[in-house]
Amino acid sequence: MCDPGKYFMLRLYVAGQSAKAIAAFANLKTICEEQLKGRYEIEVIDLLENPKLAREDQIVALPTLVRRLPPPLRKIIGDLSDTERVLIGLNLLPRPKA
Amino acid sequence: MNDTEGNKHDASNQLLKSPTGIQGFDEITNGGLPQGRPTLVCGSAGSGKTLFAMEFLVRGATEFNEPGVFLSFEETEEELKQNVSSLGFDLEDLVAREKLFMDYVSIEPSDIVETGEFDLDGLFIRLGDAIETVGAKRVVLDTLEALFAGLPNPTILRAEIRRLFRYLKSKGVTAVATAEQGDGSLTRHGLAEYVSDCVVQLDNRVNEQAATRRLRVVKYRGSQHGTNEYPFLIEQNGISVLPITSMGLDYEAPSEQIPSGLPRLDTMLGGGFYRGSSILVSGTPGTGKTSIAAHFADETCKGGERCLYFAFEESRKQIMRNMRSIGVELAPWEQKGLLRFHNVRPSQYVLEMHLVMMHKLIKEFKPEVVLIDPISNLLTIGNPPEVKSVLTRLIDFMKMDGITALFTSLLVRPSIEETAVGISSLMDTWIMLRDIETNGERNRGLYILKSRGMAHSNQVREFLLTSNGIDLLDVYTGPGGAMTGALRAAQEAKERAQALEHEQEIQRMQRELARERQALDAKISLLRSEFEAREDSLMRAISQAESREDVLAKEDVEIGRLRKADESAPPTQKL
Repeated sequence: MCDPGKYFMLRLYVAGQSAKAIAAFANLKTICEEQLKGRYEIEVIDLLENPKLAREDQIVALPTLVRRLPPPLRKIIGDLSDTERVLIGLNLLPRPKA
Repeated sequence: MNDTEGNKHDASNQLLKSPTGIQGFDEITNGGLPQGRPTLVCGSAGSGKTLFAMEFLVRGATEFNEPGVFLSFEETEEELKQNVSSLGFDLEDLVAREKLFMDYVSIEPSDIVETGEFDLDGLFIRLGDAIETVGAKRVVLDTLEALFAGLPNPTILRAEIRRLFRYLKSKGVTAVATAEQGDGSLTRHGLAEYVSDCVVQLDNRVNEQAATRRLRVVKYRGSQHGTNEYPFLIEQNGISVLPITSMGLDYEAPSEQIPSGLPRLDTMLGGGFYRGSSILVSGTPGTGKTSIAAHFADETCKGGERCLYFAFEESRKQIMRNMRSIGVELAPWEQKGLLRFHNVRPSQYVLEMHLVMMHKLIKEFKPEVVLIDPISNLLTIGNPPEVKSVLTRLIDFMKMDGITALFTSLLVRPSIEETAVGISSLMDTWIMLRDIETNGERNRGLYILKSRGMAHSNQVREFLLTSNGIDLLDVYTGPGGAMTGALRAAQEAKERAQALEHEQEIQRMQRELARERQALDAKISLLRSEFEAREDSLMRAISQAESREDVLAKEDVEIGRLRKADESAPPTQKL
């Protein structure tokens, strides 16, 4: 496992209570509970309420999950239904060799 | 949101357009880009897409009070600001005044992992926010295809891009999306499918070692548009389609007059052509248009100034040979670098291409005088409004630089003064050459149809081509109308004969008068001599008479004395 024992600060960008947003949050919660129990925090940002952040944080696709800590910064897009790819994105699994 | 529906109804009658403010583009498209709809601007790398899009926004913000949003996927704000500052666009200022909103959308494929269904709502939100912030009426997306490089799942992307264009339409903004050109297709990722209202293609091609940028309106739904490829330039002040920048009417009007090379023509014009004016010399075939141009060229070079000669009909050598035959030597000027010929067949390029070429050469050679011989050949390769627009630009451009331009124009017989009417309004001086055909003889006549701002002769001059150049002669005007050529000569001979006769008559009468005077004098002297003779004799008689009396008196005294009369006694008493 990569990044063992580090604290994860995650941010999930969504636009309102869309189906994808709800699915993404649920999927994220499950993964974190399984993999990062006790050493993570999730901040959900609704861009409809705070549109300026889309620009500031360079968000294009939604939902986007950003790993703010530990570095490096990583972006994971989609509803997080592909658990394996989420783990790869969070650097909790090594990237498959192409 | 409902605006789109409203616009659609309007569109069925008349399509609303957003002027781009790009030199020449609005003319090609009859007003600009379709208002409230997206336009695709495609082209290869370096063809000027970004600049086109940026100018559309900058002009919108500065000239049409339409704020804009520039969504850049490739260049950062800083890069863009730098890139266009050389064109005089101060983006910083526009951003500060909230006339322009710039957003750099960075997508780094290496940090992005796809984990399922996604959409581009983030982009929509950014765009929506930007539009609201400045109240944008114009939007640029440069270039959307970066999404394909940065994000996975093209299927989702396509659907989202389709949705994006619908979204832009619903916002009622006039949008420009740029796209990279693909092999054999307009765009690499088929964006042309989504933007169906207007497609503009830019191109940068090398032809005969010269790179030329071209623009073509591939499609413009519901509107007329020029379908040709139009050359364009990227100049200090932005893009200029049809290369000549239209400067408007605020150029200098020098009052300096320059000689035409024909002293009598200068006299007719009250001193010559104005510097920086445009002169049209029109005439039917063979009336000496080129000869007038050559004289002007000769005179210009004599004054040490440069002359650029665009010859669309004859080769350089042919012109020089022909002009030598009327005594105008152009070759030395060419050697000295004061005269440059440019020969090209009009049909070789489209009209605009000629203008690019002319514009370029004028910039390079910096002539004081430009000759275009003949302009009528250019007119045949474009439709009249196009030609006029193009010519206006050319003339404006030359006027700005104080270049005097002389255009010759061939007139076809039936429409003698009509052909050139379209362009004549652009000209300051219009010299007309025409045949005067009488009694089986054809002579050339020259007159000034108009000449702005100068008192000019209203007379027709006979125009002779001699081995010493052009000669302008007075035309005989008499009861029989204007006469030229042999007729004039005959008339003049007749007049000379008449004059001679007249003179002889006068002389005859003068002689008669002298004779009469002589006769009179003779009579007078005769009378006088008669009188004198008479006077003489009378005088003699008088004096005789007087002397006799005297003698008598003396005799009386003598007699008295003899009679011893008292001398005091009156002698009268006789016994």
